[in-house]
Amino acid sequence: MTAPVMTDQLASPKKTKAAEAKENLTSKWATAAAIIIAALWTIPTIGLFMTSLVPGDLYRTESWWNVALDGKLTFENFGYVLFSSFGDSSSAPPLLGNLINAIVVTVPTTVFPLVIGLMAAYAFAWIPFRGSNFLFVFIFALQVVPLQLALIPLLKILGPQGIGIAGQFPGVWVAHTIFAMPLAVFLLHNFIAQIPSDIIEASRVDGASHTQIFFRIIIPLSLPALASLAIFQFLWVWNDLLVSAVFGSIKTYTLTYPISNLAGNYGATAYLVPAAAFVSMVIPLIVFFSLQRYFVRGLLAGSTKG
Amino acid sequence: MNIKGRYLAPAAATAVAGLVLAGCSSSGEPTTSDTASSSGDVMAGCEDYAAYGTFDSGTVEVYTTITGVELGQLEDTFTDFQKCTGVTVNVVSSDQFETEINIRISGGNPPDLAIIPQPGLLQTVVGTGSVVAAPASVEANVDQFWSADWKKYGTVGQTFYAAPLMASVKGWIWYSPTEFAANGYTVPTTWDELMTLTQTMADNGGTGDNYKPWCIGFESGTATGWPGTDWIEDIVLRESGTDVYDSWVAGDTKFSSPEIKSAFEKFGAVALNPDYVNGGLGGVSSIVDTSFQEAGLPILDGSCSLHHQASFYEAQWPEGTTVAPDGDVWAFLTPPMNEGDPAAVTGGGEFVAAFNDNPQTAAVQTFMSSDLWANIRVSEGGVISANKGLDPTNASSAIGQEAIKILQDDSTVFRFDGSDLMPSAVGASAFWTEITNYVQGKDLDTVLADIDAAWPQ
Amino acid sequence: MAGFHEGWQALPQSGLDAQFWSTQGSNLLLAAVAIVAFIAVVALVMFGADLVKGRIRDKVQLVALITPVLLLLAIGLVYPAIDTVWLSFTEIVKQPDPVTGINTEVTNFVGLSNYTYAFTDPTMLRTIINTVVWIILVPLLSTGVGLAYAVFIDRAKGEKTLKSLVFMPMAISFVGASVIWGSIMYDYNETGSQTGMLNAVLGVFGIGPINFLATEPWNTFFLIVILTWIQTGFAMVIISAAIKGVPPEINEAASLDGANAWQRFWSITIPSIRGTLVVVLTTITIATLKVYDIVRTLTQGRYNTDVVANKMYVLSFVEQREPLGAALAVILFIFVIPVVIYNVRSLQKVKETR
Repeated sequence: MTAPVMTDQLASPKKTKAAEAKENLTSKWATAAAIIIAALWTIPTIGLFMTSLVPGDLYRTESWWNVALDGKLTFENFGYVLFSSFGDSSSAPPLLGNLINAIVVTVPTTVFPLVIGLMAAYAFAWIPFRGSNFLFVFIFALQVVPLQLALIPLLKILGPQGIGIAGQFPGVWVAHTIFAMPLAVFLLHNFIAQIPSDIIEASRVDGASHTQIFFRIIIPLSLPALASLAIFQFLWVWNDLLVSAVFGSIKTYTLTYPISNLAGNYGATAYLVPAAAFVSMVIPLIVFFSLQRYFVRGLLAGSTKG
Repeated sequence: MNIKGRYLAPAAATAVAGLVLAGCSSSGEPTTSDTASSSGDVMAGCEDYAAYGTFDSGTVEVYTTITGVELGQLEDTFTDFQKCTGVTVNVVSSDQFETEINIRISGGNPPDLAIIPQPGLLQTVVGTGSVVAAPASVEANVDQFWSADWKKYGTVGQTFYAAPLMASVKGWIWYSPTEFAANGYTVPTTWDELMTLTQTMADNGGTGDNYKPWCIGFESGTATGWPGTDWIEDIVLRESGTDVYDSWVAGDTKFSSPEIKSAFEKFGAVALNPDYVNGGLGGVSSIVDTSFQEAGLPILDGSCSLHHQASFYEAQWPEGTTVAPDGDVWAFLTPPMNEGDPAAVTGGGEFVAAFNDNPQTAAVQTFMSSDLWANIRVSEGGVISANKGLDPTNASSAIGQEAIKILQDDSTVFRFDGSDLMPSAVGASAFWTEITNYVQGKDLDTVLADIDAAWPQ
Repeated sequence: MAGFHEGWQALPQSGLDAQFWSTQGSNLLLAAVAIVAFIAVVALVMFGADLVKGRIRDKVQLVALITPVLLLLAIGLVYPAIDTVWLSFTEIVKQPDPVTGINTEVTNFVGLSNYTYAFTDPTMLRTIINTVVWIILVPLLSTGVGLAYAVFIDRAKGEKTLKSLVFMPMAISFVGASVIWGSIMYDYNETGSQTGMLNAVLGVFGIGPINFLATEPWNTFFLIVILTWIQTGFAMVIISAAIKGVPPEINEAASLDGANAWQRFWSITIPSIRGTLVVVLTTITIATLKVYDIVRTLTQGRYNTDVVANKMYVLSFVEQREPLGAALAVILFIFVIPVVIYNVRSLQKVKETR
């Protein structure tokens, strides 16, 4: 309806303004949606925290909000959880001991598979050899082997009839390292394969050996990816119950073991589970916060190509 | 430990006799070979333990399902034993015991001793060939302190493997004596009286919300349904007698046979009747979702009057509840079908099996089968034992003392919890799931056929 | 069934004595020494392989790089996997000795009969169908929500905090998660006041209460929500990192061309992070296949909620029917073959394009 000339002249700036307005609008909706998701995801955890403050005699019959309205919330469950002895043994240290055990189990089992996995990932991504693809796919497919089925054969090897390290920390480390292998190789391979080929080919032309490339190029470039994967590996091991139960002993049990015992056996101590679960969340969250910045730089799974 | 002086003599004598035998029969060296101090020079306070010998070192791992407060109490029973014998006893507990014990055995990494909660599981574990027969010292203790029935539960094939440890009496019906007195109810002496009482209660109503005569709860995590199996076992034993009961747990009498079906129907007459359940908790459908710990609590506010559960339910009553024949709550045993039937009870217990014949292991196993151990443990509270050397007054509660008397009474017909005796595919799986399905309305014949189908060939 | 307890009363106290600290201290030291030693050995081997001269050097280094992983996997996973496949074609007959009670085991080859059973028995069939629902919904929902959230909060104020909130469930063990959802969120009382948060909220609006875990077929969906709740954080942080890797210039250029946010999302962001999405979907699918704890803790498979992983666990470890459990494990493996094939194809594409 208006004059065509005017439209032509104003079209470009107008359009940009309209786009800006639209972007602002969507970002408002986006923010609202993000807040809703964040709230939905946080409410259960808040429920857990509040429930951990409910005293044991009310745990089964009262909701936490009723207990809160009566002013009966208390931190005593946390006291029991950290300093009392329960769950596995009273001659063993309290949960604090399991917390330290969890660190002793988790840190090496984060380092070992990452290093071994990175070595293999480099080989599969950048060293052409016969059967390379087949081996890689095979390792990838091994992820599906249910852990439970692998326990007994491995225990025979690690146990007293084999090399005799089951029940001690090295036994737990080896078991966790093996079970982490397929996923570590798969994820690290996907990252390393994205490194621009000119970088590696140039070094090869310059006569660099695989060892040199691995230490000079692959490790520095993979640090962010390693940090990201480290977080997940840390979490998986931290929250594992099965491997720790089978390959460990009272000397090595991590947090999940006594927590699971609290819930079991007719549930007499089930009221302590929320507090114990909350305690077990603290360290993984610290790890996440301290490694979080690597996510921004690290592209665990590679990015632009696919 | 007021019991010490009293039980010193028999315990020590048996143990000495036992260990001498053990020394002869097992390939292990005599336990006194490691002795740090010469005999007769026993540490002060260790007189009771002299018979177990002393060791320079040695750790015995005792693996168990027991957790929480009871775990602490269990460990405390070894305090003096460790001090006096030099053996370190590590109690390791897991709520995944039934799974982990099989994995550890298959992997060649079994514990030294395991406290096995079910004879059926003992049978499975012995089947693997990794359990060693009980040393003579343990067998001597069992012959002296336990009935032949209890010894039988620790026997697989014809070999005696595992001594009983603690026990519980099942089939109590909890009620409120105050409420009974106020309404003029009397404790029923036959099953029919119990049903008449139930109808009277339903007609009269109660003081609480949504009053129904019975309250029932099946929920128990991965073991959901077991409270229902206790009902069936109690009814089968009382209605059809020990022969049918024994052949039923052995798998010879099918679930689909008329005797067992009748027991389900008798249970269903209560559990499926919306006029009878589920006081204070809802309708029939609430049975499955109510945790067994909470299920009896409506008695306290008058929402229900009757709750079928084992002696250990005593621990569930909140602090301040008087558990006494004239108190807030008390319990009577599920009555017999007919006047004059012998007193028959079902119950549970644990068994201590050894996976090697080290002298230290044998010493701990012998100690755990002694009356000394039973008295120490029962004095700590919360549990009872069928050990005849046990002084009932050591039991921490009135209901515990009642239960001990029942167990020690020779005229009592005692049968082990049937589901604990059955193969785990039935006793720890299909029986639980299917009775849960039954109260949710699944057709009874299908329920019974499905349980029979799960029985291993 | 052993179980006698004192309820919630005081638990034994245990002292943190010198022995406690010396044991824990030496454990920590052991871990530190192990890590240092491990890295030293790896470095020694790798540099040792570098000393080799001539053409063989590449081969020696290749062997040094891949031997550890192949060795560990052969011992820990390959052998058990083969054993499982074999077991799934057998039946084990146990005959106890009349005197000792010790079983003699006879293993018979029975062909496909375990599989026939798995695919004809109605409860088994239902279990398999449920598993398919799980492996479709969990990866899609977790990745979808994770992607949306990552886009929404990208460069927003307080991005790190917002990320942490959704990531938090990753830090909770399955036991913890089951407690949260089973007894705090989904708890259901037929009468009286509700202690479960969801039913309490529904009650405010005059709805319910709903027995979430018993209401078919929605109960499977309510269980799926739990795993989705846990896995979304995983998807979100990885996708967010990938989004930050998309060069901003492309977006700006598109913006100048008049593409709105929605168009840019579909035509630039999604294609740029496709590789990441595939990896995230793959990883979550495999994780979903293996999760048994949630079903085992919350419903034990009742109300038609069973999944293959749980059924396998119960058959193998509770009911001692290992061959049938092994057959289910193999079926799980078959489920994942399409995922493997898809990943192999995209792997080949990557190799061709470079």
